Amino acid sequence: MRNALVSAENLQLTLKTDFSSEEQALTIKNEDLKEMLESNKESLKLEAMKRIVGLIAKGKNASELFPAVVKNVASKNIELKKLVYVYLVRYAEEQQDLALLSISTFQRALKDPNQLIRASALRVLSSIRVPIIVPIMMLAIKEAATDLSPYVRKTAAHAIQKLYSLDPDQKEHLIEVIEKLLKDKSTLVAGSVVMAFEEVCPDRIDLIHKNYRKLCNLLVDVEEWGQVVIIHMLTRYARTQFVSPWREDAMFDENNEKAFYDSEEERKVEQTRPYIMDPDHRLLLRNTKPLLQSRNTAVVMAVSQLYWHLAPKHELSIITKSLVRLLRSHREVQYVVLQNIATMSIQRKGMFEPFMKSFYVRSTDATHIKTLKLEILTNLANEANISTILREFQTYVKSQDKAFAAATIQAIGRCATNISEVTDTCLNGLVLLLSNRDETVVAESVVVIKKLLQTQPSQHSDIIKHMAKLFDNITVPMARASILWLMGEYCEHVPKIAPDVLRKMAKTFTNEEDIVKLQIVNLAAKLYLTNSKQTKLLTQYILNLGKYDQNYDIRDRTRFIRQLIVPNEKSGALSKYARRILMAPKPAPVLQSAFKDRDRFQLGTLSHTLNSQASGYLELSDWPAVAPDQSVRNVEVVEPVRLPCIFILFYFLKIMLVLTYICVHVESVSESESEENSDDSNKSSSSQSEKSSSESDSEKKKKTLKNKKLQQLLLIIMTKYILIHIVLSISTQFFVNCMCSLLHLCVFLACQFDAVSWHVHVSLQASSPVFVPETSHELLHRMTGKGLSAQYRFTRQPCIYGNSMVSLQLTLSNSSDQALENIHISEKSSTGQNIHRFNAIERLEPQASVTVSMGVDFNDSTQAANFQLCTKEDEFSVSIQPAVGELLLPITMSEADFTKEQGKLMGMNESSATITMKPENVSSQSVNRKVVSVANIGVIPSSQENIYRFAGKTVSSGSLVLVSVALKDPDAVITINTEKTVIGSMLLRQFKTALTNSGP
Amino acid sequence: MIHSLFLVNASGDIFLEKHWKSVVSRSVCDYFFEALERATEPENVPPVIPTPHHFLINVLRHRIYFVAVIQSEVPPLFVIEFLHRVVDTFQDYFGVCSEAAIKDNVVVVYELLEEMLDNGFPLATESNILKELIKPPTILRTVVNTITGSTNVGEQLPTGQLSVVPWRRTGVKYTNNEAYFDVVEEIDAIIDKSGSTITAEIQGVIDACVKLTGMPDLTLSFMNPRLLDDVSFHPCVRFKRWEAERILSFIPPDGNFRLLSYHVSSQNLVAIPVYVKHNISFREGSSQGRFELTLGPKQTMGKAVESVLVSSQLPRGVLNANLSPSQGTYTFDPVTKLLSWDVGKINPQKLPSLKGSVSLQTGASKPDENPTINIQFKIQQLAISGLKVNRLDMYGEKYKPFKGIKYMTKAGKFQVRT
Repeated sequence: MRNALVSAENLQLTLKTDFSSEEQALTIKNEDLKEMLESNKESLKLEAMKRIVGLIAKGKNASELFPAVVKNVASKNIELKKLVYVYLVRYAEEQQDLALLSISTFQRALKDPNQLIRASALRVLSSIRVPIIVPIMMLAIKEAATDLSPYVRKTAAHAIQKLYSLDPDQKEHLIEVIEKLLKDKSTLVAGSVVMAFEEVCPDRIDLIHKNYRKLCNLLVDVEEWGQVVIIHMLTRYARTQFVSPWREDAMFDENNEKAFYDSEEERKVEQTRPYIMDPDHRLLLRNTKPLLQSRNTAVVMAVSQLYWHLAPKHELSIITKSLVRLLRSHREVQYVVLQNIATMSIQRKGMFEPFMKSFYVRSTDATHIKTLKLEILTNLANEANISTILREFQTYVKSQDKAFAAATIQAIGRCATNISEVTDTCLNGLVLLLSNRDETVVAESVVVIKKLLQTQPSQHSDIIKHMAKLFDNITVPMARASILWLMGEYCEHVPKIAPDVLRKMAKTFTNEEDIVKLQIVNLAAKLYLTNSKQTKLLTQYILNLGKYDQNYDIRDRTRFIRQLIVPNEKSGALSKYARRILMAPKPAPVLQSAFKDRDRFQLGTLSHTLNSQASGYLELSDWPAVAPDQSVRNVEVVEPVRLPCIFILFYFLKIMLVLTYICVHVESVSESESEENSDDSNKSSSSQSEKSSSESDSEKKKKTLKNKKLQQLLLIIMTKYILIHIVLSISTQFFVNCMCSLLHLCVFLACQFDAVSWHVHVSLQASSPVFVPETSHELLHRMTGKGLSAQYRFTRQPCIYGNSMVSLQLTLSNSSDQALENIHISEKSSTGQNIHRFNAIERLEPQASVTVSMGVDFNDSTQAANFQLCTKEDEFSVSIQPAVGELLLPITMSEADFTKEQGKLMGMNESSATITMKPENVSSQSVNRKVVSVANIGVIPSSQENIYRFAGKTVSSGSLVLVSVALKDPDAVITINTEKTVIGSMLLRQFKTALTNSGP
Repeated sequence: MIHSLFLVNASGDIFLEKHWKSVVSRSVCDYFFEALERATEPENVPPVIPTPHHFLINVLRHRIYFVAVIQSEVPPLFVIEFLHRVVDTFQDYFGVCSEAAIKDNVVVVYELLEEMLDNGFPLATESNILKELIKPPTILRTVVNTITGSTNVGEQLPTGQLSVVPWRRTGVKYTNNEAYFDVVEEIDAIIDKSGSTITAEIQGVIDACVKLTGMPDLTLSFMNPRLLDDVSFHPCVRFKRWEAERILSFIPPDGNFRLLSYHVSSQNLVAIPVYVKHNISFREGSSQGRFELTLGPKQTMGKAVESVLVSSQLPRGVLNANLSPSQGTYTFDPVTKLLSWDVGKINPQKLPSLKGSVSLQTGASKPDENPTINIQFKIQQLAISGLKVNRLDMYGEKYKPFKGIKYMTKAGKFQVRT
């Protein structure tokens, strides 16, 4: 015994160790992956990413690799990049802070000349579900919505939905973007933006008006998935905008469509008719019809439901063939299509009757397909075809699939009640089935017979007798209950048998199912009333049994029946009516389709399939009694002008306009430039003559410059103009394209000039840093560096190696007892940063140290720069993690400029926070000191007492960063305005901690 | 729309998951497994399963369940069609769509799924576009990639994505320009006990394999287009031309694609190419039953009926079958009770037959119903409806392509009730 216990314990122990070793193996493997990701070889990284994707696919958790993976987001290798994207999207939600590191990469990629890269950057950026970047996403979406590439615009439409699900508060802004995108004429965008519309603002039907005709006309060329969405949306739209074509008196004429487009006279004739279809309504029906031929089953179904809900009844028949064709498709498609046909066939038998044979059941069909086909066949049954259908049903009843056989029996029952001619035939057939060997078949037959008999009981006492005989052999509770009910209900027709059945039941009462017990009580009560002489004692016996039953329903029923039928003093009034209550003639049940009430849902929807409302289901409204204003859909389209001369003239005018615009603009620019210059020269204390000469000089320069620019522009315009001509001569179809290109030209030019003038207007003067921190950070510890230690420090000076670099001071010291030779930074840079290396140090004596400077282009992100510090013998991987404040350079500007620039950077570009200041921090000195110690920014002189202003620009891109601290005792509001939203929010966080903490 | 996708194998294990929005726990599949347990046959799992917070829409292909998780209202066919498109793409890329193939190529699968859906809405499903974005794995390319470190992922946006012919890639070049069209017709029929046809119809498809340089514009015309009652086209076919002239005019995608599927009008009588003589009987009280089948050709227009395969689900009471075929081989699975007889070619002089006895469980009662017989066959060089391609012309390119057209008739769902 003890031995056994010990061995069991051992076993447990081994199990435990096994488990932990498995765990270990996993972490070891992850370590391994981490190493591969940090290596320099692209192929190793790719391999690692592939394995990680494998882990994700299996549902394993790979989130701990996040820091290692996210570093590779800026990789040049496109496959590696894509796999990193996959990873990022999967885990960003869990690792929000780390995910922020990647944002700047996407922001940069959003400006890439390659549209695929722009689009994929937007896709990933919008898929990262991190609430903090909502403003960035919003900005990116707005920008992408006006992108020249329709592919990018499509991606923007997708991003709208993502942002909406992340932050529903953005709804209003998103609706603006949707409105803009709905106007897009590209077929690529149409589907996606309608999808976004359906998701974000399906109730804003007013946005559709102007685009309705365009959508109808584009529909055929939209990709198939978009078609489905658009068709569903247009169905809803049409139900709110057009009057019903189904009115009783609707007289429809095939010509009336022509009438609308042709002569006036005919139209007048038409108007005398009671119903005229709106031409837009007709347009929708006409343009969706060809899509019935689509290979995509979802499109065919969508068009079918559109016709079902919108078309005049006599036009419906065209969808039948297409729907029947879908039945050849996959099992799952069949299932959904059959469901929809089932609903349709209840209302309109005629539609599918010619195709009845397509619904014949094959033995290889899945059960749910069989049941649906049966349902449809039953719906289609009428006097003419019932004999064929019944013959078919007879085969099904014999099916090996007993559930299906049972369903067939129910179907026969339904046919029998619906078509009185065949009721007897069906009943006879069902009675034959009572002797079937299979229990479920028999039980189902009994239940169906019971329902049938209710319609005309007197003629069928034979059947009831027959069933009484079978009673002993039937064990299915529902069937037994049904027979008992029949006995009780028609006990007058079978006066001899009924009491005998009750006698038998009294014996077995305790062993019966609840449903049977209830019916026994019922039978007893009914017999007591009709034949109390024979059954009084039996009934009392049964009521006593029921009184002590375990089920409270049965106890209740027993109590109720006893009070009702057994006369005593208390229950005076009611028992008089007992007979009338219990033996009242009962209406025959109506056997109806299970699909009867499904038509409350729009066909083809998930809700219809499930017969319950799914979330997000949009109700199809009823037709309006009076058609709303049709003119809302009118668009002032620039009709393609037939006369080419007018066409060209039009262009000529346009181009002239552009030319004048350009001229004016260039003039103004040069003017402003010269003004600026004169300002400058004013400041410098030079003499008047000098000033005037310099002014004239600059004037000359500008003029030549202007002329040059003008020439260039003219050249561009001429080429464009000629191009347009060529295109025009080829085809007028390109009209729209030309318009676009011309517009783009305008926009492009305007942008260019804006950019020029912007640079001129704002003088961004770099200034020297206000404060240079002395603290240095460890780069390499002497223990890991085998004697070599390195420390770095941000000098906060403009870098001499490159304009976009942050300059760093590196102090290298040798704490070993041997001289170190050839200290340098390896040529291979593992991350994307551009690094200016220091010149190799040939020899560093023991205990000596040397200071060198280097520059790193961090690309305005706080992503660490990784590189290899090498000596002659060794290589050490090191990384420099910049604080966000070090990515800035201070600038000076006037207070007025500051407020002006701040005004330009409102909205998304502004981040602010309110903090409570420590009293010792309130003085202007301490505020200044704290701010400039956190970030390398310049102090702007302020005229207001309690507002401190600071300005800087980011090192790489030179974007302005404006900081203001407004003191309102005891609170302070920190506001940061910058285009670089991520930097803004990070800075804000750091200022908050710096200003709330006391100490130096 | 589509939130997540789970791939479930025949033994009920999730072997791949992909999420397009927030991660949905795989425990949501428990509802699916419940339905799977309840279903007697793998095909009987309902395609749409509601759960308290999600809806599961699944398709079953190649013994893999593709289970999509949906959160709100969406046309179910939209999802089903998309899932089938995913399967088709996998098949296109890996040759087979099996669990092993998917596991081996999990990275490509992930890359594909990433391109095919954005935020659950289909983005690129056209095979020509996908192949430009992600090149299908071949042995050669895998070797080259491992050596040179190049990738399977394209760097440029496929031109098709933006053009008016999104299904065709640009810059197609072949040394041999060829276009093959297969007209394949399938007969669906139910034949009753006495040999008379209860229902029969012909469904056809034209599958094409087009390898032509540049941007060819093809037209295909039929001798008897009136035969075609209901058609569905590949998006490349110009619908207006068909409406007006009954001519198929199209710029084809590169490679394999289904140009057209059609239904032959039901007024035409369908020729049934085979007949079955059967004598299957079970006697009450006896544990033996007789089983005789004879196949013969009928209305085959002089062509041979090949690759004939007869299968039948025998009643549950059958224990074993002891049969002797005059040609071919037969198997009987005592567990699933599935009898299948691989006949091969039917020789009109010597008709194939399968005779013998089946043994029933002792004491079991006589089965109510005789089994249904499913027949598969092929007839080469014959379109049973009589459809004939008239001519194929090419415009837009200068070279002379090699053209080929093949006809074939197959059995679709061809059942004989006994």
